[in-house]
Amino acid sequence: MDSPLVIGGKEFSCRLFVGTGKLPSSSLIPEIVKSSGTQMITVALRRVNLSRPEENILSYIPEGVVVLPNTSGARNAEEAVRIARLAREAGCGNFVKIEIIHEMDYLMPDNEETIKATALLAKEGFVVLPYVMPDLIAAQKLVDAGAAAVMPLGSPIGSHRGLRTKDLIAMLIEKIDLPIIVDAGIGKPSHAAEAMEMGADAVLVNTAIATSVDPVAAARAFSLAVEAGRISYLCQKAQESLYAQASSPLSGLLS
Amino acid sequence: MKATTEFLSWLEYDIEGFVSRVTSQDVKRVLRKDSLTPEDFLCLLSPAAEGFLEEMAILSQKITAHHFGRAILLFAPLYIADYCQNQCVYCGFRAQNRFPRTKLSLEEIRKNGEVLSEKGFRHILLLTGDAPSITPVDFLEEVLSLLSPMFDSLAVEVYPLSEEEYLRLRRVGLDGLTIYQETYDREVYDEVHPAGPKKDYLWRLGTPERGALAGLRWITIGALYGLANPLHDAFWTGMHLLTLKKYYPSVEWGLSLPRMNPAEGDFVPTYHLSDKKFVQFLFAFRIFFPTAGITLSTRERPQMRDILLPLGVTKVSAESHTEVGGYAAQNHHIPQFEVADNRSVEEMIAVIRSKGFEPVFKDWVGVL
Repeated sequence: MDSPLVIGGKEFSCRLFVGTGKLPSSSLIPEIVKSSGTQMITVALRRVNLSRPEENILSYIPEGVVVLPNTSGARNAEEAVRIARLAREAGCGNFVKIEIIHEMDYLMPDNEETIKATALLAKEGFVVLPYVMPDLIAAQKLVDAGAAAVMPLGSPIGSHRGLRTKDLIAMLIEKIDLPIIVDAGIGKPSHAAEAMEMGADAVLVNTAIATSVDPVAAARAFSLAVEAGRISYLCQKAQESLYAQASSPLSGLLS
Repeated sequence: MKATTEFLSWLEYDIEGFVSRVTSQDVKRVLRKDSLTPEDFLCLLSPAAEGFLEEMAILSQKITAHHFGRAILLFAPLYIADYCQNQCVYCGFRAQNRFPRTKLSLEEIRKNGEVLSEKGFRHILLLTGDAPSITPVDFLEEVLSLLSPMFDSLAVEVYPLSEEEYLRLRRVGLDGLTIYQETYDREVYDEVHPAGPKKDYLWRLGTPERGALAGLRWITIGALYGLANPLHDAFWTGMHLLTLKKYYPSVEWGLSLPRMNPAEGDFVPTYHLSDKKFVQFLFAFRIFFPTAGITLSTRERPQMRDILLPLGVTKVSAESHTEVGGYAAQNHHIPQFEVADNRSVEEMIAVIRSKGFEPVFKDWVGVL
């Protein structure tokens, strides 16, 4: 039996988080939530338009689903902090995904600035989920800075290349006592399953769902893959502990 | 000015020599590659690629979806003055065209801003003619200060400014810049700009770099097709963008492919960029620059705009008035060029939705 994932005091029984920036219509969000069971939806604050109700993405997110605003557009810690504060003022709650990018081709995150922004925002009471290059040392600093989870990239945003950083993510899973959420590069459900099977706590998918010919069906496929990967991981873990117990069955007899 | 200097060597490149050797086999190979070289880009612009438009369209659509998703940004241009001291032989605003010139007052600009805001626009492009004595930077500073609280993103398409001047405007809310070189062909540039400040090719060429140095976030460049050999201008536009991207990777670079339209006066374009070549160029740019924004202007007729929307375009202007202050008053000012697509913003929203895309009015945070 699995226990729910807890981040910032909220419980998540579904370990698939869904991004919205590339969807053909915000009106698909309720159906995506329904088909996938996702309980966390990311939105870019730069796209939150309160002046045009039919374009206000927040109004499409069903009650009970956690809104995770991201700081897309920020090039340094100071800008990320400003966006996070605006997001809270705009009614997005106190979760924030820090995204600090100043290279527009591969959209690689700046780990150093992300660590700074995490420390500042955690002190202000935000539940901070930083998007980073999977780097063990950076992740340790994020723990100290007060991050609520770590979101390493599998491969560049929108690239659909899967877990090209697998070995580096494995180090975070092994060593970091925070939820590890694989974000970016997950191009198909099998990638998501692979991430969960190796022990990631959750997966965030944006482009692959949003640009699918049927985003609602794709969200369901990802959700099932995440669940399958999770069950497989738990079985594997149970197997290992069983093996550990069974490895010295004669110890009592021969002592 | 590292990027501008580095770009200049591309003007010596033997474009025709390369293109004469390109075969359809080369095009096939390029279309299978993950990462393209400048020569690969030229291959896609070349006549040899004309037979691959469908393949290029599919690839272009796929690349755009990966990087931008299914969303199209809508913005509105606002012309605030049509005074001009240049002599660009192809332009309706040029100095010797005799018509009553206008410059909007701050009050009129506010009214136009209110109309645009009411229509839902959050991104505005401000335009003037090239007359620093009538629309000086001080005036632009006042205009931006006035409009900044009303919108999320303000860009300018005005005469080239210095880095310090862009910095001044950035402090009062400017975050984007559009500047077209018109033509990269130095000889033709000299001919079509017989007098006035615009005659200085290098000053204009360095404009996007000065904008980047001043910290502007969105910069759009391009050539005006019809003045010089379109293939040359397309290739040089690409090389200009390539060198700018290399030195200023944090800017959200974009491009546009304006084609000559009938303007006031009697200029007959020397070259014509056919619909087929226009579309081929657009796909070549998208395939070579997967992450660049591509703006489609209202110079293009509705049918062309509708077909191209899902195939590589990321931004469109809507309900464009290219005459000064055309939103708040019914007037009879001379437009800078003829708008081919007169559809209202509501009609554009419906068209974008019908293509399976989300019309987006806001894609920026004013505090940046």
